Amino acid sequence: MDKNFKLSDINNLDKIESLNGLFDGNNVFKNSANLVEKECKVLSSLKEAIIKSGLKDGMTISFHHHFRDGDFVLNKVMNVIAEMGIKNLTLSASSLLAIHEPLIEHIKNGVVKRIETSGVRGELAEQISRGLMDIPVVFRSHGGRAYAIHSGQLKLDVAFLGAASCDPFGNANGYSRDNDTGIIFGSMGYAKTDAQYAHKVVIVTDNIVPFPNVPAGIPQSDVDYVVKIDAVGDPKGIMSGATRFTKNPKELMIAETAADVIEASGVFNDGFSMQMGTGGASLATARFLKEKMLRKNITCSFALGGITGQIVKLHEEGLIKKLLDVQSFDLDAADSLKNNRFHQQISAYYYASPDNPGSAVNQLDFLILSALEVDVNFNVNVLTGSDGVIRGAIGGHQDTAAGASLSIITCPLTRGRIATVVDKVNTIVTPGKTIDIIVTDQGVAVNPLRPDLKEKLEVAGINITTIEMLRDKAASLVGHSLPIEYTEKVVGIVTYRDGSIIDVIHQIKEYDDESLDF
Amino acid sequence: MEDRLRRTMMFVPGNNPGMIKDAYIYKCDSIMFDLEDSVSYSEKDSARDLVYNALMSIDYGDKELVVRINDPRSEGGINDIKAMVAAKIDVIRLPKTETVDDIFVCEKEIAKAEKANGFPEGTIKMMAAIESAEGVINACAIAKSSSRLIGIALGAEDYVTDMKTTRSPEGTELSFARSMIIHAARSAKIAAIDTVYSDVNNEEGLIKEVTLIKQLGFDGKSVINPRQIEPIIKIYTPTSKEIAKAQAIMEAIEEAHKKGSGVIALKGKMIDKPIVMRAERVLKLAKISHVL
Repeated sequence: MDKNFKLSDINNLDKIESLNGLFDGNNVFKNSANLVEKECKVLSSLKEAIIKSGLKDGMTISFHHHFRDGDFVLNKVMNVIAEMGIKNLTLSASSLLAIHEPLIEHIKNGVVKRIETSGVRGELAEQISRGLMDIPVVFRSHGGRAYAIHSGQLKLDVAFLGAASCDPFGNANGYSRDNDTGIIFGSMGYAKTDAQYAHKVVIVTDNIVPFPNVPAGIPQSDVDYVVKIDAVGDPKGIMSGATRFTKNPKELMIAETAADVIEASGVFNDGFSMQMGTGGASLATARFLKEKMLRKNITCSFALGGITGQIVKLHEEGLIKKLLDVQSFDLDAADSLKNNRFHQQISAYYYASPDNPGSAVNQLDFLILSALEVDVNFNVNVLTGSDGVIRGAIGGHQDTAAGASLSIITCPLTRGRIATVVDKVNTIVTPGKTIDIIVTDQGVAVNPLRPDLKEKLEVAGINITTIEMLRDKAASLVGHSLPIEYTEKVVGIVTYRDGSIIDVIHQIKEYDDESLDF
Repeated sequence: MEDRLRRTMMFVPGNNPGMIKDAYIYKCDSIMFDLEDSVSYSEKDSARDLVYNALMSIDYGDKELVVRINDPRSEGGINDIKAMVAAKIDVIRLPKTETVDDIFVCEKEIAKAEKANGFPEGTIKMMAAIESAEGVINACAIAKSSSRLIGIALGAEDYVTDMKTTRSPEGTELSFARSMIIHAARSAKIAAIDTVYSDVNNEEGLIKEVTLIKQLGFDGKSVINPRQIEPIIKIYTPTSKEIAKAQAIMEAIEEAHKKGSGVIALKGKMIDKPIVMRAERVLKLAKISHVL
């Protein structure tokens, strides 16, 4: 450039804010050394990462649950945080499982004062139900959590996100394309939203792979630090080989009926989209749908959600064109995510956020979900058991039910001596307004809000009963159970996907031993 | 009773409340509560109570309800009969039937119980399971020994042990017993039910076996898992081709009757009485299988 040129020679320069003055050569850097050693994000320990992240008393930390019951990351990070004397934290996890039992001590010691999660299981859930915490646990659906984070209501200060592989700059994955150590969980869906919005993001891995770790579940642009630890998880607890279709004859019967219902309801056309929730009957519906797809010569445009090996098989057979995967349910699904071009991981926000018109759940033609309890108003409980103890998770239940054109619940009418269809669910998780059809082993009930569906099923010759008749049938088989006794204390707040409170969970009352004497 | 299908008779262990409470949800034609071999000695009384109470309180719809009792010469067997007759079970299945005398002993106890409950004699029907060489040899006499009998069944596990052999995938060792039982049943005009297929995960093997026994003339098969019901029903349901052929035969015969013609032919083939009877049976089966 001409030496005599001055900034003032540019007209209206003051109107352009995104420039940094004249070039003087001082910022020129030639990378003749290896950047990996000089300026990578890898830190030597969790403690260093915690210090650098600026984590202080009272802040909010986040974790994902893609390692499920094989997760070492949350417990290891919490132990270091506790040793460092940091207190009063809010812990926001996409979900908590039995392996997270050590949190009980951290809660008792004041390290964790508040929890936000989709669900809790195991001993931690038992103790929370018995009044472990002063502040109630806030339960959010996957979409509801993504919305709270995106809207700024739930501020994440530091996210500690476990990964099966990560390069020195933070490109992280739920599997390894290099130096495979056998740790694999597939999609990083729930972690993606945390990585995007948390103030500081720490990737925790036991496998640092060469740059570039592409395509990445979490891109380096979302990552501040990378820490290598000895082991991030136990493969046995993370996932099993392949989810097989159930062999339980009752579940198979329910699945077959659900497939008939789908075919009759007018949503089963070429290019349809679907999601199958967890649970034997719901997963097995795919088996019966396959036969129908072949017979009708139609294909599915995309399958959404927790992806299983069975869905992958249909994809590889060309019956499902694309897979949108927020959480891989088994090793076959995780392998497919790694290897199949049109099996893509999506974030919780993309999956299910209620403020996003493009949420994948809104594009679903039909959906099959499970339930612990359904009531005569079609409200569903997937969170508390028949003893009032927290034992499940909202997951994407609320989100998918609201988004799908047709939402079907599959469940046995009774489980052991417990009725599934009842007068009033113990805890309302998913509002009945968003549930269209209940399929049980003893009949199909259509929500009165959907007379159109009822008519279609009747035309197809599907035997329909009412939800009240199902309730009565269940009661005639197993009788009425005594109401669960609770104290006044609220231990859990169940939110709907928009963040409003849909129900609360009370502390269960302990039985004194004498009351059990006959 | 004549029109009743007995394609599938589902075993339900008498000590399993989970299975007993909603066994009616499956598409089997008959439910057979077992008080005999699937119940251990220490659970005999509680299983009997359980099945009795289930029969008294659960609506099993239009299923035929059968109970397999213990030896009617034993105290347990007599108590089984008393309880099951009181619960008005449809059919009592006598296990290990070897002679007509076995039938008489059981029948006598049933008649006593019917009287005690004020039921007309003959209300409760019977089935006999043939499970030994002696039983197979006596099958014809057994089948005709009582008007209560609605069918006889082969129990292969005990039978092959008695025959000093084992069960094979081909079922060669059962060919004589099956032939005897189907002949005995047909000559007595009662149902013939084949033995269980124990490998529940081998659907292919089940289909092969059911195809064979259907061809032999058996009315149906005992099942030990609800998953076996659907494939059996499929095999026993007339195909659309069979139905169309039967309909054509019936139309041809009607046409001939109208014309007063004695000789009936369809597509160049003579139609005689057995062909018409078979066609009638196909259509009847199609109707009760809800495919017509």
